[in-house]
Amino acid sequence: VSAVLFFIAAIGVIAGAIGVVSLSNPFYSVLALVGHLLSLAVLFLLLRAEFVAAAQVVLYAGAVMVLYVFVVAYVGGEEQSLMATQALRRVRSRGHGGRKLSGALFAGALLVELFIALLGSGLKAVDGYGAPYAPGPHAFGTPGYIGNLLLTRFLLVFEIASLLLLIAAVGGVVLARRRRGLEGEERDEHAPLRLARPLGTGTMLEAVEGLPLALARAGGAHPAESGAAESREGARHEEGGW
Amino acid sequence: VTIAWYLAVSALVFAIGAFGVLTRRNPLVVLLCLELMLNGANLALIAFSRMWGNGDGQILAIVVMTVAACEVCIGLGMIVAIHRRRLPIDVDELRELQG
Repeated sequence: VSAVLFFIAAIGVIAGAIGVVSLSNPFYSVLALVGHLLSLAVLFLLLRAEFVAAAQVVLYAGAVMVLYVFVVAYVGGEEQSLMATQALRRVRSRGHGGRKLSGALFAGALLVELFIALLGSGLKAVDGYGAPYAPGPHAFGTPGYIGNLLLTRFLLVFEIASLLLLIAAVGGVVLARRRRGLEGEERDEHAPLRLARPLGTGTMLEAVEGLPLALARAGGAHPAESGAAESREGARHEEGGW
Repeated sequence: VTIAWYLAVSALVFAIGAFGVLTRRNPLVVLLCLELMLNGANLALIAFSRMWGNGDGQILAIVVMTVAACEVCIGLGMIVAIHRRRLPIDVDELRELQG
């Protein structure tokens, strides 16, 4: 049974990988990667790595792939490919076939090298079925076993990984935040002038739109006016939005 | 199924991922192919861990998954920032680091 399961999962893994590389729409690539990860979790289970398989399904195929799907939807695979068609054509004429050929050559060389290193080494253990395994509550690969290792022998690794995650989260927020001066510049352009000027002293804006509306637009310092406060709230929402 | 089969699958996945990294131009797909390479390495780690009956390889696989998550976070943040600046989402066009 395990052999049949292995071949089904291995075919799923390799088909998913080929799908990721060959599909032209990034959205389908992400879906192919989800299939690849699920098949890979089956292989992990066959290798008695229960905790890693569960983490793979929950974290990788769940959380990380959702992040990917959101970014693909935000950036827009189709529209982007239409937009960049001309640039692509230029690049393609510059040597698309050469890149593909050299990439295939390099990957093939890497594959041969890996096969030589992994399978041609003549190690007897590689041809075995692995170490003996006895099922139990604290057997090899269970959450208890992994947790015990993580909190005793690999405590430093655990802490460094958590610090790395924190740094990456902060970095992601910093990188993807809305920068001042790109989108919000119309709103902030005359802020110092607005501060220096008394309200209701006849600017063009106030003449055209009426005083309350203009005050609201300016995000002015009249907290008594509910309309102004509301629209300021709206403006803040708009600015703080992702 | 012997350990050698798992290692063969891991080598194949790694090579396919390397091919994708080298040939695709969309940075999103390049990130996905990087994930493929990391997954190939993970499979090899877990296969060796099973071979020796030792949990160190599984811990290392979990650390690799953590690093992959960090890399995805930073990479997707960069892609969103690139998209915000209306730059082409194409690794061949984005050759210069200067803002």
